[in-house]
Amino acid sequence: MTKRIWTTSHKAVAAALAALIMLATGARAELLIRITEGADAALPISVVPFAENGSIPPGDKVANIVRDDLAMSGEFRPLSPEKMLSLPSRREEVYFRDWRMLGQRYVLVGELSRNGDRVVARYELFDVNQEKRILGETAAASVNSMRTLGHHISDKVYEAITGVPGAFSTKLAYITLDTFNGKPRYRLQVSDVDGKRAKIRLESQEPILSPAWSPDGKRLAYVSFETGKPAIYIHELSSGQRTKVADFKGLNSAPAWSEDGRSLLMTLSKDGNAEIYRMELASRQLTKLTNHWAIDTEATYDHSGDGIFFTSDRSGGPQIYHMKSPGAEPRRITFGSRYNARPRPDNTGDYVYYVHQRNSAFHIARTNLNNGEETVLTRTESDESPSVSPNGRMLIYATKQGGDSVLTVISADGGAAYSLPASEGDVREPAWGPIVN
Amino acid sequence: MKLSMHSKVLAMLLSAGLFAGCSSTGETVGDGSYDSDVAPVDDGSTVYGGDDEGGVSSSALTEEERMAAEERAKMEALRDITTFYFDFDTAEIKPEARDVLVAHAQYLANNPGQNVRLEGHADERGTKEYNLALGERRANAVQRFLIVNGASRGQIETVSYGEEKPAVMGSSESAWAQNRRVELVFD
Repeated sequence: MTKRIWTTSHKAVAAALAALIMLATGARAELLIRITEGADAALPISVVPFAENGSIPPGDKVANIVRDDLAMSGEFRPLSPEKMLSLPSRREEVYFRDWRMLGQRYVLVGELSRNGDRVVARYELFDVNQEKRILGETAAASVNSMRTLGHHISDKVYEAITGVPGAFSTKLAYITLDTFNGKPRYRLQVSDVDGKRAKIRLESQEPILSPAWSPDGKRLAYVSFETGKPAIYIHELSSGQRTKVADFKGLNSAPAWSEDGRSLLMTLSKDGNAEIYRMELASRQLTKLTNHWAIDTEATYDHSGDGIFFTSDRSGGPQIYHMKSPGAEPRRITFGSRYNARPRPDNTGDYVYYVHQRNSAFHIARTNLNNGEETVLTRTESDESPSVSPNGRMLIYATKQGGDSVLTVISADGGAAYSLPASEGDVREPAWGPIVN
Repeated sequence: MKLSMHSKVLAMLLSAGLFAGCSSTGETVGDGSYDSDVAPVDDGSTVYGGDDEGGVSSSALTEEERMAAEERAKMEALRDITTFYFDFDTAEIKPEARDVLVAHAQYLANNPGQNVRLEGHADERGTKEYNLALGERRANAVQRFLIVNGASRGQIETVSYGEEKPAVMGSSESAWAQNRRVELVFD
């Protein structure tokens, strides 16, 4: 478990965050959320409970969802509602002096009203120091989708303050593994980024691996051993329709989408050795991108969409390489230790994240592509499968806690963290979905 | 968990010696795993079972036949071992595995109808996809060794499970060592 040395002021934050530990509700939700760290420079924000007009569904309160989202990012330190001096819901009720006294930088107020089978939220965000409204909008969602509404508002608030789009409305795909009737039970699941509203998409007694989101967020590619050997499938989430796209002799693994969603990178060993190929999905035509006696695998497009990062052990052990364009001579990126694998670039082109062995432990590290500087981001010992949020601000990966595999989310520079353990068994191989409008 | 290879081979030698003795009646042997070119053992051989050193007496066997029977028994005993272990991030066949794999290769060469599936595995350390490739590299190394020693490519199928199917649960050196393996699965 990730641990940091707490300063006194952070202990209060820790206590507040500990209160966020909760059981995922709903028939299929399996992940818990456990916030383990607050960032050092978190911004104080007050999310005032929204006023309610008309019949607003009980259960998840929109303001609570926003508060949890912002706390989860590690970049905000939301004030507990009990500490608020008043509960305004519109501009004329906001007394900036009160919020300044409470040390707040931002205040979010709003109200919900019913419109048929939809709930409309009108909300306003204020900068306390400048006594200025920096965001004012309305948004609507079906009465059954208060979490969708909450995450949407979180995204807007996050963007108004940081200038970077929020990723609270995005989805996670991951694999759970437990035992059922004495047999392993692998499940491909998709949930919100806080682990809520999890839905099982595929269940198998044989391994399921490497889920990868299409750029439009509508399809997942993955590897399934359901026929006894690995094959790559594309799964359309709305219909549940599946297509087997690669079932060659040997390896069919590590699918990664192109930016336009029309082709997949994949690792095949049909010619005897693990090489990286690009498959045009419409024609199933293959182009071989590597040709080396070494293992070449775990390819992913770089942020330009032209080049690829991949893992190769051509130097003797696995290291990260970058190929600027298809067929170009690969350039080695990592030198800091004898095992660096499974690269995942961020959306800015500044960093590539990967699994990094130091002594006997496996951590997540990143290299600054501008200057080659490497930073180890995690302190746990069995870290795997890094996946960067689409806004580049957070990173999710799998690690071990008490023998079980859990998912952990940290800020991209290694700060704040929360973890998403399964209620039972392992949860692994997280893939952070794209921002979809 | 692991039997010492030495004692296991010795035990198998003894029981296989017994087996060879029985075949001296001229009946068809066992499961048909012996090919027709295997020399039948003469009448008159005497088998001393139990803990006796040496086990097989061969008063009426020629020295050559005795050697052949013993060799056959030894090979069969070796074939009892079907799991081969590897060091971290390598696919190098260990010296102690070579005789056993030669026995498997010769068996496959003598039984062209027999197929084998090589299942490659890795320990949990490192990344899943690299480990899939590593498991395959291990299975391929065993496949090449079998082919060089007489098996034919068509008899061998390989699959890698990477780190997905550990033989032993846990995160200890010993668990990892037992999980870095290739298993031979005969139909």
